[in-house]
Order: sequence, then structure tokens, then C-alpha cells
Amino acid sequence: MSCERMESRILAYVDGRLNESERAEVQKHLDACPVCRVRATEFSSVSDLLDELPVIEPSPAFDVRVRARVAAEPVKQGWWALLWTTLRPSPRIAFAASMLLLATVFVAYRGVDQVPPPISPDQADSEMMQDLSVMEDHDTLSNFEPLKELPPPVDTNGADDDQQQM
Amino acid sequence: MLDVKAGDEQSFGLLLQRYRTPLVNFLYRMVRSREQAEDLAQEVFIRVYRAREEYVPSAKFTTWLFRIATNLALNSLRDHRHQKLEISMDAPVTTDAEDGDEKPFEVADKHPTIEQELVEEDRKKMIRHAIEKLPEKQRAAVLLHKYQELDYAEIAKILSVSESALKSLLFRAYESLRVELAPLVTRHGAK
Repeated sequence: MSCERMESRILAYVDGRLNESERAEVQKHLDACPVCRVRATEFSSVSDLLDELPVIEPSPAFDVRVRARVAAEPVKQGWWALLWTTLRPSPRIAFAASMLLLATVFVAYRGVDQVPPPISPDQADSEMMQDLSVMEDHDTLSNFEPLKELPPPVDTNGADDDQQQM
Repeated sequence: MLDVKAGDEQSFGLLLQRYRTPLVNFLYRMVRSREQAEDLAQEVFIRVYRAREEYVPSAKFTTWLFRIATNLALNSLRDHRHQKLEISMDAPVTTDAEDGDEKPFEVADKHPTIEQELVEEDRKKMIRHAIEKLPEKQRAAVLLHKYQELDYAEIAKILSVSESALKSLLFRAYESLRVELAPLVTRHGAK
């Protein structure tokens, strides 16, 4: 293995990320190359130095702030919910529509009350029987021949006046 | 993540709990500002939440998560480059303010003297500065490789490079760190 090829493997060697055969190959090169050996040792030192940096903890308010921002996120709606939200009438329009509906129902019921109750066939027959005599008199008189030949009726009011004057 | 996708809010809480610390640390080491790192980490979680319904488990969740985080960090660095330069120019010579954020989290296991503490502080500052001096993509590669322990294939996907290009990036980064940290490397080797 050349020093150039070592560039892509030396860090993985230091971190122990190579498989058995790769590790043996790198080790063989390091045994023969003092420059790469020094580099590997110093890379290992650098790696240890990086471990010295302390880990910081997020501030106590961090979670609260994240949760508050999540809570403030708009809720994603389904297709139907979105359609309803778009088409949903305003409270004023809903109130007006309700009032109109109530008025329509009220008027419709009142109209039904005013319609006369249906007459049964028996009742209709009995009413006709009661009016039968009147109808018969009307037929008799209207078809009575002598009456048709009579002169037109005299003004009875004028005759009464004459009698009174006499 | 599939539970989050199915609308399970509790699973999102678990994701938050599991990934907030690695994410904030990665972003902090990328942008060098705790406040900015937390803002970016929040943004990562919000983007994950927003994209939950479109999530397809074709790649590992961590790859997806750190890809979002890396892109946000790189964009933020580009946006704040001029601003950062101005801050550096105005910063006091003793850069305590820059490193002050981490002090409460550095727990001393022994009882070092003030002098030892200063030496340790200088050492950590040097390491931080060495990482900070790396070009952005090399820095992201080192942080993902070293601290998130992601494999080469995952890091390559996150950075949108080939695996061989990633190995080359990492090699150059470690070469730079080796030079930059030479005094510590020598002393470290002598320990």
C-alpha cells in the first residue's frame, strides 16, 4: 500500500472502523513507513483531544420553546375538513338562514290550518237532501208556463205611494 | 419517527428528548454561539415536525436530522459571516465572554488549583479554536464523525458528497488539526 492510499484509510484505522483484512494491510504499511506511523499516532492524539471538549446541555427553556412552537403550528386538515372550512357559512348568514327556514315552516303550517276539512261522501249527500226542496221549488217556478205569460212586474213601491195619497 | 408521522405527539417528545443534546452540541460547535445553536436546533425540530407526514424511512432518521441541522448551520454561518467578523474584532483580548457559556457545564472531578484551571481552560480554548478555524464543510465532517459517530456513508449523505470525497475532507481536516494543535499533540503524546 502506498502513502497516498493510506490517506483514505488512516483515520478509519485510528477509529477502529476497518475490517480485519484492511487493518492488517494498513498495519503492514505503518510498520514499514515512519511518516505514516507518526501521522497515525498524531491523528490518534487529535482524536483524544477532541474528546476533551465538554458536552453542553440545552437550556431548561429549550423544550418549552420547541413545544410552544409545535403547538403554534397550524393543524393539517383532511380534504373534507378543508372543504367544510372553506364552505362553512359565517354565523350571521347561518342565523339568517335559520330564521328564514323557521318563517317558511310557520307559514306553511298556517296555510294548512285554513284549508277546510275534507267532506265525507255521506255528509255531502245529506247536505244535498236538505237543499232538495228549495231546488225543486226553483225548478217548478222557473218552468211554470202561465207565469211566463204574465206582464212584467209593476213597481209596487209607486203603487203604494198612490194608495197612500188617495 | 413513524409514530410521529402517525400523529403520536408523545413520540415527538421522545425524539426531542433523545436528540436535543447531540443536536445543540453539534450546532454549538458549528456556529460557536449557544443562543444561535439553540435557535437553530429549535428550527430543526420544527422542520422535522412539519415534514412528519412526508417522511419516508428511506434513510436513517439521524442522517435526515443532521442533514437538516448541517444545512441550517452552513446557511447561518454564511448569513452571519460579516456579523461574526465584526464581533471578533470588537471582542476583548481575553476571550472569556466567548467561552463563558460553557463554564457552568464543565464539572471538575478533582480540585485543581487556579493555575491548573487556567491551563485546562487554555487547552480547551485552543481545541475549540482549532475546530473553529476549519473550513465549514471540514468542520461539519469532523463533528459528525467524531461526536455523532455516524458512519462514512451517512456523513457523505448529510454533506452531499461521495464517500471518497468525505475521506479526503476528513484527512485534510485532521492534518490541519494536527498542525494547529501541535503543542498539545506533543504534550498529549507525552502523557
